[in-house]
Amino acid sequence: MSNVTLWAIWLLLTVGLGGLLACAVPTSDSTSELSTVFLPGETTHGHYQIEMKCAACHEPGGSVREESCRDCHAAELRQARDTHPESKFRDPTKAKLLQHIDARSCIACHSEHVPERTHAMGLTLPTDYCFHCHQSIGEDRPSHAAFQYDSCATAGCHNYHDNTALYENFLLKHAGEPDILESPLLRLRRSQTVGRQGGGSPFRSERQPLGTRSDRKRLPTSSDPTTSNRPTETVTRSTIQLTIDDHDALSSHASDHSLLTAWVESSHARAGVNCSGCHQPKRDGGASRWSDAVGHETCRQCHASEVDGFLASRHGMRLAAGLSRMQPSNARLPMKSSAAHESLTCNACHPAHRYDTAEAAVAACLKCHDDQHSREYAGSSHYRLWLAEVSGKAPAGSGVSCASCHLPRTEDGRVSVEHNQNANLRPKEKMVRSVCLNCHGLQFSLDALADPQLTANCYSTPPSVHVESLDMAQSWFESKSRKGRSHKGLPGPAAKPAQPH
Amino acid sequence: MKPHTRTFLSAVLLSGSAVMLAGATGCGGGSSSDAVAQTTPPTGITPQKFADAVHAVMMADRTVYAKQVVTRLKKQEAPVKPSEYWQDEEHTIPLPAQMFRMGAELVNDNPEAGFTYALKSKWPLNPQNKAEGVEIEGLEYIAEHPDENFYKTEEIAGANYFTAVYADKAVAEACWSCHNGHANREVSYPEFKAGDVMGGVVVRIPLD
Repeated sequence: MSNVTLWAIWLLLTVGLGGLLACAVPTSDSTSELSTVFLPGETTHGHYQIEMKCAACHEPGGSVREESCRDCHAAELRQARDTHPESKFRDPTKAKLLQHIDARSCIACHSEHVPERTHAMGLTLPTDYCFHCHQSIGEDRPSHAAFQYDSCATAGCHNYHDNTALYENFLLKHAGEPDILESPLLRLRRSQTVGRQGGGSPFRSERQPLGTRSDRKRLPTSSDPTTSNRPTETVTRSTIQLTIDDHDALSSHASDHSLLTAWVESSHARAGVNCSGCHQPKRDGGASRWSDAVGHETCRQCHASEVDGFLASRHGMRLAAGLSRMQPSNARLPMKSSAAHESLTCNACHPAHRYDTAEAAVAACLKCHDDQHSREYAGSSHYRLWLAEVSGKAPAGSGVSCASCHLPRTEDGRVSVEHNQNANLRPKEKMVRSVCLNCHGLQFSLDALADPQLTANCYSTPPSVHVESLDMAQSWFESKSRKGRSHKGLPGPAAKPAQPH
Repeated sequence: MKPHTRTFLSAVLLSGSAVMLAGATGCGGGSSSDAVAQTTPPTGITPQKFADAVHAVMMADRTVYAKQVVTRLKKQEAPVKPSEYWQDEEHTIPLPAQMFRMGAELVNDNPEAGFTYALKSKWPLNPQNKAEGVEIEGLEYIAEHPDENFYKTEEIAGANYFTAVYADKAVAEACWSCHNGHANREVSYPEFKAGDVMGGVVVRIPLD
């Protein structure tokens, strides 16, 4: 073979291999399968969507940026009244405990890219980790003496971070509640009550954004579409409810009567938001060009907490990291092939102009989700209640949609919808207070959540397991009462309120 | 030297300078601390003086909360009441001891603080507040010497600390009646009465 041929082969191989490697290097918006060759191991279910955004968690040198965990999860931990906060372990006397597990560091318990030793909740320690600090539990609580240390957090009794529905006094207060409470109703959003009372704007009428409070912190990234580099948008609105004659759509769009009808029947028209409010928002105080597509940053001008929830969720976390929109084809959960290439934005669940929240609460979810839990929803009593509500045969708040449990209504001055569907999902007991206790007793709720069969069949059958924690709490307080103390500080016997909240 | 230790020592030096300046001029403000730092020998205040000072602030705040907030509400028969479970009960506020502990946790979380403090006892209702090692020695000392404080340097996990323990006495009937009747109270715990040392405030200052 001549030298020229050899040189040509060498050149081709060099260019070819170089090109292949160039394709494989992760970029900010890479979804290439080849790119994953640089991953040190499979990423957990919580992070795989942003695994191509190495800088979300890693320093340029490769080490993990501890703060990166808090960037996304700090608000969640505060909300959960974290029972093992870092501050608890800053007391120097806790130093000997830290020799076993450095509880000040998230990654001491949650390593990434190690699927062979990753348990539920992304835990990468052996599941009997409670042993290191709680060896005297058998003496403090004799009922626990025979329990194995790997059962603390797996039997529906304790969580490492969130015990808001599991602490003793809470258990006692809710002991003896019926499976279904006397008045099983979910909170209503204000727009629902206003709408049903027949008129008026469901929102404040001001010519400025609502500026809803939100303490979520999103991933810091230069390409974050929601941060500083974008011009400041302002959605203007009228102080009165708009009629179809008030519309200010482009003349080329105004001929589509169905669009205008959908808009005028929507809460946007009732709240005084005209077509230009969303399609031509003011940028940096000045006019902007008309855009048919409306991005989440425009929605955020009035719906800040909802959009921030979306960006923190499995639906929006890619957007928050500066990556392309999530598509069902990229999901690990089973999704319908017909929806494989849907792009997840606000409009994916809230189709433009109609913004039918009933549709967003069930049909939008089932358009994509195709796992057993989702498929069996239609056979559940929750779904029958939902049908009764949307057909007007049952009162508002009595139906249970996908959103009732996964995008629950929260109350902080006003009732809003938590759009981070993962906020109350793992561990499942996080759902007790935000969702289950609106309609069910605590014992029934804990039993149902602890039953893996019910998780699969979407809570279509009664629970077949019994979580013992309420019995133990009751026995504990009773045994203390019998010992003849004055017990002024003891909580009284559990009341049986129709609505625990 | 660890950053929080450096911060603490700087604070001690600046505080010492400010105290000396205040003594010289009769007022506490108006001068540049930088200029003072250059002209004043770096004597500073002792860890004991610092511990006594921050303890005085802690107790003052707690007393104001107990007397001017909690007791005042009670006297007015206000619909807002103190409760151990204030986070889950409507129209309730934290107990003074919980207010104190929340402050300690905020200080623990503040890298600028440079020291830690906690309310500890040999008979805690929350096992997290159980006294250990030198803390027990301190609690026993102040129980025997009710009008004194306890000071000692100690080593924990290779780090040196100046540790001060101050008596936390049963001053209000609500304190001992709740502790005596609490479900978490162990059989071996003493029955508290007015004036008893129920525990102690532990102030711990890193020396390295």
